[in-house]
Amino acid sequence: MRMQRVWAWVALAFGLVYFFLPLIGTVEFSLRMRRGEYSLDAYRVVLSDPRFQQTFSYSVVMALCTIVVGVLIVVPTAYWVRLRLPRLRPIVEFVTLLPLVIPPIVIVFGYIRMYNTSSFLPLTGSATGTNFLLMMGYTTLALPYMYRAVDTGLRAIDIRTLTEAAQSLGAGWFTIMARVIMPNVLVAILSGAFLTFAIVIGEFVLAALLNRPAFGPYLQLVGANRAYEPAALAVIAFSITWICMGLIQLVTRFSRHTQARR
Amino acid sequence: MGYLHISNLQKSFGPTQVVKDFNLSVEKGEFISFLGPSGCGKTTTLRMVAGFETPSAGTIQIEGRDIVRLRPNQRNIGMVFQSYALFPNLTVADNVGFGLRVAGVSRAERAERVAEMLGIVGLGEYGARYPFQLSGGQQQRVALARALAVRPQVLLLDEPLSALDAKIRVSLREEIRAIQRKLGITTIYVTHDQEEALSMSDRIVVMNNGVAEQVAAPYEIYNRPTTRFVANFVGTLNLIEAQVADGPAGVVEIGGTPLPLGRPVQGATVALALRPESVSLVPASGRDVPLPAEISEVHFLGSVIRIRARVGTASLSLDTFNTPDAPPPPVGEQARIWLNPRDLMVLEE
Repeated sequence: MRMQRVWAWVALAFGLVYFFLPLIGTVEFSLRMRRGEYSLDAYRVVLSDPRFQQTFSYSVVMALCTIVVGVLIVVPTAYWVRLRLPRLRPIVEFVTLLPLVIPPIVIVFGYIRMYNTSSFLPLTGSATGTNFLLMMGYTTLALPYMYRAVDTGLRAIDIRTLTEAAQSLGAGWFTIMARVIMPNVLVAILSGAFLTFAIVIGEFVLAALLNRPAFGPYLQLVGANRAYEPAALAVIAFSITWICMGLIQLVTRFSRHTQARR
Repeated sequence: MGYLHISNLQKSFGPTQVVKDFNLSVEKGEFISFLGPSGCGKTTTLRMVAGFETPSAGTIQIEGRDIVRLRPNQRNIGMVFQSYALFPNLTVADNVGFGLRVAGVSRAERAERVAEMLGIVGLGEYGARYPFQLSGGQQQRVALARALAVRPQVLLLDEPLSALDAKIRVSLREEIRAIQRKLGITTIYVTHDQEEALSMSDRIVVMNNGVAEQVAAPYEIYNRPTTRFVANFVGTLNLIEAQVADGPAGVVEIGGTPLPLGRPVQGATVALALRPESVSLVPASGRDVPLPAEISEVHFLGSVIRIRARVGTASLSLDTFNTPDAPPPPVGEQARIWLNPRDLMVLEE
C-alpha cells in the first residue's frame, strides 16, 4: 500500500516535469532577448507587430464564427439524436470522430479540389468564399470536441422529460431549445466553444493552404525567421488556451443552477 | 358523452400491442386513477392523452373535439411527471410561470398567477429558490403548481409520488386531492399503488395487458371486483374454487358446507373471492355460517392477526383484531370459522 503511494507520487512528479519543463524553458528563453538580463522585449516586439494584431484578430473572428456555426450544427443534432434517434448515435459518433482520423491536409486538398474556381461552387475564387471554406474546415476540426462536450452535457439532464414538460406547457421547438435545452447545457457548450477557440487560434494547415492571414501561419513565419519572438508567441498561445480552460471553470462555478450537479 | 372521451384507443409498438381497445368517459371535475401492474399500458394511455404517443387507432375527445391530431403543446393538458421535470435553470417562480410566459401572459398577470399557485401548494416563500434547493416533495408541489398555472382542461399525473418516501407520499396525495377538488379540474392519475388509487379517486380504471378490466368507484372495485385479475390485484383476497351444489338456486359447497350465494351460477365449479376481513373466528351477525376448519398458520402483525385456516381443500386467510383477552388459536387446532355467504364474490374469468 505504502509502495503504491510512493509510485503514484513518482508518476505524478514525472508527468509534471515532462509537461512543465519545456514550458518553463520556453518562458525563460522568451525573456532573454536583452543580453545579460531578463526582459519582456520579445513580447513587446510581438505585440507591437501589426501582423500579429491583424492575424490574431482575424483568427479570433474566425474562431467566434466557427463557434456559432458549430453550436448551431451540433446542439440540435445531439439533442435530436438523444431524443428521437438514439439508434443513430453510434453512426453520428463515428462521423464526429472522423476529423481526428482524417488529417487536415486531406480535408483542405479535398476543399481545394471541390471548390476551386473551375468547380460548380467556386468558393476559393473570392476572399469571402475562402473565409467561409476555412470556417467550415475549422468547424469540422472542432466537431469531435464540440459534439462530445454537448453530448456529455445533454446526458447530465433528462432531456426527454424536460422536453415533454415544456411541450405540455405549450412550448414549441424553438422555445424548448432556447429556454430549456440551451441554458441547461450552457456550460457544456462553453467548454466546446473554448476548445474550439483554442484549436482555431493555433491551427496552421487549413489557413496556410487556403492562404488566409490567420494566426497559425504567422506563428510559423515568425518561428522560421526570428529567435526569441516565437518563444514569446508560444507562451501567448499557451496562455490563451489556459485562460479558456480557466473560463470554463469560472462559468461552471458561477452558473448557479449547476451547483446541484457538482 | 363525458368531458373527456376515449374510444377504441389502441397502441402498438412493432408487433406488441400495448393498449387494446381502451374506452373511457370522464366527467368534468372527476378524479380518475389508472391502476395496474408495470407494463399494463396505463402510462402509454396517459401519454397518448398528453400527445407524447400517437395512437395506432381510436379517438380522444375533450368537450367533443378530437385532439389526436393536435401536438402536445396545442392540447392544453397539464402534466406532472414522476421525476418532477422542473427546469433546473429556472427559479421556482420562473418554472411556475413558464407556461404563462409561453402563452404571452403579461408580466404583472404572470406574477400574480404564480404567487396564487405557489400559495395553493404552500410554497409562497420559495419563489426565488432553484429546484435543487428543494426537497422531493416540494419539487413535486412546484411541478403541480406549474401544470395548474396555465389552467389546463385536463391534468395528468404520471406516478407523481413514487419517488417520494412513504410519509410524504401520504400527505402529498391528500394535498393533491384537496387541490383537485378546490380547482375542480378533470384529472387522470396513473399509479401502481392501490392504496393511492383507492384513497384518492372518484373512479378507478384497473388495467391489465392493455385492457381496462374494470372501471368503477374504489368501494365497488374493492368489494365487487368483476374479474379474477381485479380481485387479485386490489387488496388481499381469498380465491376459492367451490363446488356448485344447486346452480339455479345459487348454492355452492366449501369443505362440504352448503352456502347460498343468492344468485344463480352455472357449471360444476365456480370461482369465488372473499376478503380476509369478511371471515372471522366468531359470528359477526346472525347471517354468518360456520365452516369447520383447521388452523394452519398464525401471523401476529401487531394490531391485526392474520390466520390461515384449511377448509376442506380450500385455504382461507382471515384477519382478526388483536385483543388482549382473546389470544389467537394455536396452529393445528380444529376450529370453526364464520362467514356471511353474501360476502362471497363470484368472479368472471
